[in-house]
Amino acid sequence: MAFSAKIIQPLPLFTTRSDNKNINNLSSPFVGSTYKLRLPTPIISSSRPHFGSASVVAVKSEVIKDSKKPKSDASSNLLITKEEGLEVYEDMILGRAFEDMCAQMYYRGKMFGFVHLYNGQEAVSSGFIKLLKKEDSVVSTYRDHVHALSKGVPASQVMSELFGKTTGCCRGQGGSMHMFSKEHNVLGGFAFIGEGIPVATGAAFTSKYRREVLKEADCDHVTMAFFGDGTCNNGQFFECLNMAALWKLPIIFVVENNLWAIGMSHLRATSDPQIWKKGPAFGMPGVHVDGMDVLKVREVAKEAVGRARRGEGPTLIECETYRFRGHSLADPDELRDPAEKAHYAARDPITSLKKYMVENNLATEAELKAIEKKIDEVIEEAVEFAEESPAPSRSQLLENVFADPKGFGIGPDGKYRCEDPKFTEGTAQV
Amino acid sequence: MWGIIRQSAGNRGLSISKSQFRCLVQGARSYSSASKEMTVRDALNSALDEEMSADPKVFIMGEEVGEYQGAYKITKGLLDKYGPDRVIDTPITEAGFTGIAVGAAYHSLKPVVEFMTFNFSMQAIDHIINSAAKSNYMSAGQISVPIVFRGPNGAAAGVGAQHSQCYAAWFGACPGLKVLAPYSSEDARGLLKAAIRDPDPVVFLENELLYGESFPVSAEVLDSSFCLPIGKAKIEREGKDVTITTFSKMVGFALKAAEILEKEGISAEVINLRSIRPLDRATINSSVRKTNRLVTVEEGFPQHGVGAEICASVVEESFEYLDAPVERIAGADVCMPYAANLERLAVPQIEDIVRAAKRACYRSTSMAATG
Repeated sequence: MAFSAKIIQPLPLFTTRSDNKNINNLSSPFVGSTYKLRLPTPIISSSRPHFGSASVVAVKSEVIKDSKKPKSDASSNLLITKEEGLEVYEDMILGRAFEDMCAQMYYRGKMFGFVHLYNGQEAVSSGFIKLLKKEDSVVSTYRDHVHALSKGVPASQVMSELFGKTTGCCRGQGGSMHMFSKEHNVLGGFAFIGEGIPVATGAAFTSKYRREVLKEADCDHVTMAFFGDGTCNNGQFFECLNMAALWKLPIIFVVENNLWAIGMSHLRATSDPQIWKKGPAFGMPGVHVDGMDVLKVREVAKEAVGRARRGEGPTLIECETYRFRGHSLADPDELRDPAEKAHYAARDPITSLKKYMVENNLATEAELKAIEKKIDEVIEEAVEFAEESPAPSRSQLLENVFADPKGFGIGPDGKYRCEDPKFTEGTAQV
Repeated sequence: MWGIIRQSAGNRGLSISKSQFRCLVQGARSYSSASKEMTVRDALNSALDEEMSADPKVFIMGEEVGEYQGAYKITKGLLDKYGPDRVIDTPITEAGFTGIAVGAAYHSLKPVVEFMTFNFSMQAIDHIINSAAKSNYMSAGQISVPIVFRGPNGAAAGVGAQHSQCYAAWFGACPGLKVLAPYSSEDARGLLKAAIRDPDPVVFLENELLYGESFPVSAEVLDSSFCLPIGKAKIEREGKDVTITTFSKMVGFALKAAEILEKEGISAEVINLRSIRPLDRATINSSVRKTNRLVTVEEGFPQHGVGAEICASVVEESFEYLDAPVERIAGADVCMPYAANLERLAVPQIEDIVRAAKRACYRSTSMAATG
């Protein structure tokens, strides 16, 4: 039960990247980011003895670095296999193409309300969620389309939901900010800051409860909670870090730090912008990773998923990333510096992965092109599907208020459901 | 029953199985000496105990529910019986643990969340409304949320504005929630068991001042299969001259008022709503059609209150049956004062109900004097 709460250093971002020069320009750190604040952090290579078992991630990153240095040709030293690379690449392309299509459809009036796009952050969704099993859960925010896609919800169902059609993953009742799929264990997009974190913690609690109370020994399901930098100043974040660590829940708290709320810079909102540091403060590993590099994201995610599955408790991972579009399609996005945007645009996670795969002979340009073409077709089909699907019928308005089919007060026989003497027995079965 | 108990005892070892056995014996004993009295506290405790025993997916979570045995001792003995995995002491983090319970319910566990008082539920209101009540609808029926939020609600004594408030109308206004307010021990047992078995989020509004009150209970009520229907009111006392609708602690006040009215020749029908949402409009309207007069009583604020909703229902469905304006008794439209005399003035009293009923029957003192 006792958890050695040693201070965990962040990934030595700028040292491990030295073997990956293609991904960004070392001499230009994140514009307007926490880079300066991170500088005083000592590079950890010399301090390995200080790391307990909880610091697997930091150790692992050393291993990657060391193992890569001596050899340069052997494919076993690559950070990803061909199959994995293609899967992740396809997922990132799907996310990007889907969101671009959403913007088009939004401006054509096909979808409405708030639509928050994920462009630029794909390395996080694909890097994490593609490691999960179907039984594992994902809890997202209002920027949830791509998390749902990565978890396996068909693009046609997500698109149809955005169109407000009855074939949507929530029959048009959820909308852009509320993607749910019981089948894929997508437990919701939540529209309020911090709201999803306790729900995700509860899903993780369920895994533990099923294992320890219901004696389902094989229940090793993990939960990932995705949220942004702004959320990390919200009380629910701290409440749940505490309880997740206290009860050793199988959860991964994934901070998608895109450096901005809507127009509020992370640096202007947070006393100590290094979010990962809050993990050790609660007795769990805190990890910082370059969220524009899917291979690095995948490495830390693997460690965290493994830790959760083994019952060793939660991990807090801060992914430093960037959104290429405004906060939502209604946001004029006037406060972010064009130089900052250009800097991150040059670090596009999809381009980087493509380059890595081609340079390391993991895929040919033609193979990757074929994936892009395939995804274009998927998106086209999704739009057609959504377009042709019927709007919800009038009767749907009053459905699903309760799980109890007669919960609205009047049963199918037209009588008040409470008049049925077997009323409560019936509800116990549902 | 035996099978279930043995099974869960087997999971937990000998010492627990002993205590479970003891509880079973005690349960059997109280059953055999039925039609005795039972406090609301024991009614709630036994309902929790039985439902936890019947279904391992049921667990209780909240502040001080375990080792302290509950701030109001509603969970007394449950920790010993079911262990810390199922009787979970949480940090003081309403938003956090309520959300965790909702997330567990998403995965079909059946959490019972205890709020030390419902005033603290305001810290977690986002999860009650936005996460629990709306998920089934937003997910088009994919994600149901079988959860109970329970704890004392309404005016307590001498605790001031932030600890004395009735939330029946608040939660009663929310689609996706079922809202129950028990009065007697029978209500407490039957409704809490129904709430735990229900597949939807239920807000269960108890009253601190009723916990220690004893009520007679029949053998049927004590049976572990006992359950009351959600959405069904109870006519506590039949009458023909005026209908008094009320819930929770005010049921007791209304019954006392009815006794006084009887001495003055007015026969009052007292309806214990039991369920605020769904609201049993049928029972209310059929009673009003019989008595032609209506007095609504609640502790909460008057504006947009439970009484306002009942009044609207009666005006919509039974307008032509009304022989007098509807009388609405509610808490004063101020937050709760601390001073004992002011506090008494801020919540409905028995004499207020008597006066209103007489007015509705055109028997108020002033009218009697002129008549």
